[in-house]
Amino acid sequence: MRVALNVWRQPGADAAGGFRSYMVEDISEDMSFLEMLDVLNDRLTNQGEEPIAFEHDCREGICGSCGMMINGQPHGGQPATATCQLHMRKFEEGATITVEPWRASAFPVIRDLVVDRAAFDHIVAAGGFISAPTGEAPEANLIPVPKEVADTAFNAAACIGCGACVAACPNSAAQLFTAAKVSHLNLLPQGQPERYLRAERMVDTMEKFFGSCTNHGECERACPKEISIDFIALLNKDYLKAKVVNRGLASRI
Amino acid sequence: MTLDSKVPDGPIADKWDKHRFSIKLVNPANKRKFKIIVVGTGLAGASAAASLAELGYEVEVFTYHDSPRRAHSIAAQGGINAAKNYRNDGDSIYRLFYDTVKGGDYRAREANVYRLAQLSVNIIDQAVAQGVPFAREYGGLLDNRSFGGAQVSRTFYAAGQTGQQLLLGAYQAMMRQVGLGAVKLDVRSEMLDLVVKDGRAAGIITRDLVSGEVGRHTAHAVVLATGGYSNVFFLSTNAKACNTSAIWRAHRRGALFANPCYTQIHPTCIPQNDEFQSKLTLMSESLRNDGRIWVPKDPAESRSDAEIPAGERDYFLERQYPAFGNLVPRDVASRAVKRVVDQGKGVGARKNGVYLDFSTAIERLGQDKIEERYSNLFEMYDRITDENPYKSPMRIYPAPHYTMGGLWVDYNLMTTIPGLYAIGEANFSDHGANRLGASALMQGLADGYFVLPYTIGDYVSGMLGDPPIATDDLAFVQTEQEVKERVDQFLANRGTRSVDHYHRELGHLMWTYCGMSRDRAGLEKAISEIPALYEEFRSDARVLGVNEQLNQSLEKAGRVDDFFQLGLLMCQDALHREESCGGHFREEHQYPDGEAKRDDENFAYVAAWQWTGAEPELIKEPLVFEEVHPTTRSYK
Repeated sequence: MRVALNVWRQPGADAAGGFRSYMVEDISEDMSFLEMLDVLNDRLTNQGEEPIAFEHDCREGICGSCGMMINGQPHGGQPATATCQLHMRKFEEGATITVEPWRASAFPVIRDLVVDRAAFDHIVAAGGFISAPTGEAPEANLIPVPKEVADTAFNAAACIGCGACVAACPNSAAQLFTAAKVSHLNLLPQGQPERYLRAERMVDTMEKFFGSCTNHGECERACPKEISIDFIALLNKDYLKAKVVNRGLASRI
Repeated sequence: MTLDSKVPDGPIADKWDKHRFSIKLVNPANKRKFKIIVVGTGLAGASAAASLAELGYEVEVFTYHDSPRRAHSIAAQGGINAAKNYRNDGDSIYRLFYDTVKGGDYRAREANVYRLAQLSVNIIDQAVAQGVPFAREYGGLLDNRSFGGAQVSRTFYAAGQTGQQLLLGAYQAMMRQVGLGAVKLDVRSEMLDLVVKDGRAAGIITRDLVSGEVGRHTAHAVVLATGGYSNVFFLSTNAKACNTSAIWRAHRRGALFANPCYTQIHPTCIPQNDEFQSKLTLMSESLRNDGRIWVPKDPAESRSDAEIPAGERDYFLERQYPAFGNLVPRDVASRAVKRVVDQGKGVGARKNGVYLDFSTAIERLGQDKIEERYSNLFEMYDRITDENPYKSPMRIYPAPHYTMGGLWVDYNLMTTIPGLYAIGEANFSDHGANRLGASALMQGLADGYFVLPYTIGDYVSGMLGDPPIATDDLAFVQTEQEVKERVDQFLANRGTRSVDHYHRELGHLMWTYCGMSRDRAGLEKAISEIPALYEEFRSDARVLGVNEQLNQSLEKAGRVDDFFQLGLLMCQDALHREESCGGHFREEHQYPDGEAKRDDENFAYVAAWQWTGAEPELIKEPLVFEEVHPTTRSYK
């Protein structure tokens, strides 16, 4: 098959960018979208044009490296599909496809389709953990976790940190990412001691980088792991309560 | 040179306790005076960095990813073994030890494996305390499943995303230390060389992948947790960026490379579809709990799977290995699959796979149960192949997946360069010639959480009062200069073909001659052809752009360069090992039924290779089996 691509090219963070058009002929519909880009890059290299920079690694939808706006939709808009799992059979013969980096000021472009998502790591460093230093753990089965709690925590923990939720949001909010991590840990019995500190610290750090959530729900639709926005409700509840609980603790000290 | 494994004396069950008592400690107030560099943030690297920082060491961590959470451990699917005996089915530390030594075809060091089995139970405790959401029973207790090479259920799992959840646990523990200022994190920063001063590891040289800046980093000790080298085959289940450069550069600086030819070909991967394929996708071994592997008996079969009656199907694993059935170890399963496909019985349009069929399990347990166990794997398969495995069987074929070889390390996980450690897949230590399923996560975390944090103290304690080597020392200056020259050379080349082109060519050679089965003629051919192709790569690889920008072709060029050198050593190692064992199968050495024929009399040793710049020198570490006496492995 053949497709026409409109790709955002930008040589560096401070350089001006723009769209370039490429005709990609003789590709197979069984190729993944990234394999199609590999083929194009190989051809560009042969022609003496620098290949398109894009982030990718595992190519099976779990590392969260890849991610680009495809026809205005994060990861191309197929349900539960990261860019690396998107196949050319999902496109029409001869289609024109527009490819851009994530759109969010908290994710500045580094080059072409590659953006800097370090803000996510800052949110995790602020509280996205359970303080259990190596060696302190009790015997594992001393902490029974009801199956439905474990399963729900797992569903939240399935987040791959790709940033599609932010890219999809009209406000560039990171509520779904943050809510997924807060919910994973706050649902579990092991996460209770730090529950409210975690919620407050992670949200406060998030707000330094990202816009605010106004309940559009675009994030849930864009998420390749189908993380539910119900977790945002849980986050909001815990954050609100944290403002009281954390202050109460402070006044008692 | 002789190799001292530093395995402590005494009964196997007491060795680790005794060793922990006899090695030197660093008092809590002194730990902050020692700087430790950790390269790589997978299970081993992240768990080591977190644990070392918790102890009080000054830790600096490097990853070439944009975030430590991207490391390829994230993609491990099936599970992690631990000798908890929660299922009351006869498991024990000794049994896990025994299964692992046997599964490795008697080519692993007993003392290391025993320690691994001992620590397995602590890993589960640690992970649960961190909030890793393992699968649970309705009573709230942990669930287990079985994996290849074992007759007990000792595998803990989180759906088909166990690696992801364990890695996030270790990553979060490390990020906590980053937040506390105890770990300095350098992302998009690739180690390009090791600095050695007076025979000791003194630091590393890195390249910032965004700015191109080459930097010097000094430390009292350097830990390499940089994973395996399956991407030497180009097509493998590894993530695209996985590479050998950190351990290969260390090898060139004096660290011995052990058993490079021990590569694991995983039996259940989605077969190659077209020539543009960029990687192969694994379907977890856990699927073999409920999936039955078969091919049509008749190579000329043209009917679809559903139309083939039971009597005309060959469930060849169940037939050949009744005791373990579909759950034989990976090497055994892979070769059996290859045999039937070579006989022309393969299925699919390219006849390059076998069926992995869930219809019996769906009938017995219902589709809901199968969905609960494997839904993400089934979806992944559907997305890639456009076929629904609930309705028709999966098609699978073996693919390179894991490398048991790696840097030689002693019982302390230290390489032959004092102060340089290798942990996780980057070392050679615990899996012998074949790794059992669900043991990679176990080893990475055992090394990082529970072994290295103790053993590294024994080394650095001797340096109390000594600052790390200054970065303006000649050793740093010279090594940095060499790195810069190498980078410049790739850019100055302006050849005619892309780096990927040469990587594919190398991968093709390696898979053909040093893949699932090897013979003398093929290996000799590879050994003569690789250098020629390497020469061509060196003069003709086209790397466009500049150093001072994100340049992914330039990154790849260095990695592929090192794969060429390693590929040659793999073939040399495979050629010298005149036996079949585990993942290393030599056509010349097999029983009439096609099973691997080991030669314990002549090859019961670790083959550790020394870089000389010319022909590599072989140094042997004899393997002594005091507990598990090598026999012909039988899964019948």
